[in-house]
Amino acid sequence: MYIKQLSIFIENREGRLEEVLNALTEANINIVSMSLADTSEYGLLRLLVTDPEAGKKALKEKGFSAMLTDVLGVKISHRSGKLQELLKIICEAQVNIEYMYALSTGKDDASVVIKTSDLEKAAKLLQERGVDIVTSQEVMAM
Amino acid sequence: MIWNETKECMSRDEIANLQSARLVKTVDRVYHNVEFYRKKMQRIGLEPGDIRGIEDITRLPYTTKDDLRDNYPFGLFAVPRSQIVRVHASSGTTGKATVVGYTRKDLDIWSECVARALTMAGVTRNDIIQVAYGYGLFTGGLGAHAGAEKLGAVVVPMSTGNTKKLITMMKDFEATALACTPSYLLHIAETLEEAGDIPNIKLKTAICGAEPWTEKMRTQVEEKLHIHAHDIYGLSEIMGPGVACDCEYHKGLHVYEDHFLPEIISSETLEPVPVGETGELVFTTLTKEGLPLIRYRTKDLTSIDYGQCECGRTIARISRFKGRSDDMLIIRGVNVFPSQIEAALLEMGGTTPHYMMIVDRVNNLDTLEVQVEVEERFFSDEIRQLEKLTGQIAHAIQQMIGLAVKVKLVEPKTLERSMGKAVHVIDKRKYE
Repeated sequence: MYIKQLSIFIENREGRLEEVLNALTEANINIVSMSLADTSEYGLLRLLVTDPEAGKKALKEKGFSAMLTDVLGVKISHRSGKLQELLKIICEAQVNIEYMYALSTGKDDASVVIKTSDLEKAAKLLQERGVDIVTSQEVMAM
Repeated sequence: MIWNETKECMSRDEIANLQSARLVKTVDRVYHNVEFYRKKMQRIGLEPGDIRGIEDITRLPYTTKDDLRDNYPFGLFAVPRSQIVRVHASSGTTGKATVVGYTRKDLDIWSECVARALTMAGVTRNDIIQVAYGYGLFTGGLGAHAGAEKLGAVVVPMSTGNTKKLITMMKDFEATALACTPSYLLHIAETLEEAGDIPNIKLKTAICGAEPWTEKMRTQVEEKLHIHAHDIYGLSEIMGPGVACDCEYHKGLHVYEDHFLPEIISSETLEPVPVGETGELVFTTLTKEGLPLIRYRTKDLTSIDYGQCECGRTIARISRFKGRSDDMLIIRGVNVFPSQIEAALLEMGGTTPHYMMIVDRVNNLDTLEVQVEVEERFFSDEIRQLEKLTGQIAHAIQQMIGLAVKVKLVEPKTLERSMGKAVHVIDKRKYE
């Protein structure tokens, strides 16, 4: 039900992001979606990749701090107001969103990746409401 | 001007005789009143009677900061608690404070020494002196304060932290003297210059200590502010500020030899070095009652000159300090050891992450940044957690050393590693 997200700590210095991408390329891993959170001193790179375990291994070999985190991929159709509907469900359940970013899944629908304070509760709730969840198999096949 | 000509201008023979008599008494006192020294002397088969004068000093064992820490808090005091009237404390190497105690007579001698130093720096009872050292456990504030009062000057107890108020009062009170750390003096000078306030002050003299500075820094600030700047030295273990000070000729710092017996030794062999050569400064207190110390290793590197100074004083002079024989840093006047940072990081649980202290001087004020490698166990996919982590580390370090610190997370294995002794400090401050 969850997707494994690869999170990497990178310092705000020239070439660091490129070094991460290089490690993934060498391991023949494709990036499906990404988000980069930045502070004044460091960045937090969050990736959905075709092989998260292998990605983590490749990065650790290059000396990066990398970890896998469970996140939720949710499909929403390309219509105005759909994201808001989704958030309303989560909000009513008093679950807090830690972060979210977009995931491209096709022409007719879009997806969002979310990490919430209570992932299990959010996932259960969304499934009950018939919301389409993106599986890790789908991500791996992208 | 000389505050106590009898004591500051004795012949070398008179000095030696006085020191010998006082050393014999001190050794006798510590042997009978301090278990630590009695045991230490017994272990090497030394009895108080074996020490007949300063020529026997090398037979006595050394005392280190670790000894003070091991006997925390009052274990080395040589008088009953009822005779101690004040304690001060400075931070130790691993977080435990070094505690020092004074009897009323100790405080009298301390203020006498500071009065001598201030007189040496040209301060008289007609001056208004702002004391801008920290008041509190640190010896700087109260030490300079008492000496200035003894001298009879008007003392303004500024303490540290409010430069604007200090400058306002400097102008309004027409203050003529200032006691503070050298870096704070430079900061004040720059603030005055920016505001175009230099013509509006009546400052004549600054007495600066608790931090190393160079002759160049000293002369630069003298020119900028049109003042005389003097170097005062001291350490809480021996007394506090006022162990030594430089006169108007600035050819080394005069040590008050009637109260403190200086030696210069090699940090490696622990043997005395030939007179004039650089080595570690060692002090034996000659009149201290509360906390007499025998051959205390200061870890400060300097050399000594027993020749008479142009000012007329015959007491020995130690040269401007050439560094430390240990890894102690002085940041904004506060003694900081890398081991303290290590202890604070250890509080975060597990083993100590790799870290680096970056010490710099921005606008003449020291800054401390601690870089910590983000190991997997600290890592999080949430910025909030990482920010919480830096906050916790900064807090732990601040609690340990009493200085605000900036914590920066860095990637694993990016900090410098050396083959032998770990490098934990990059000091970017320029003293030249």
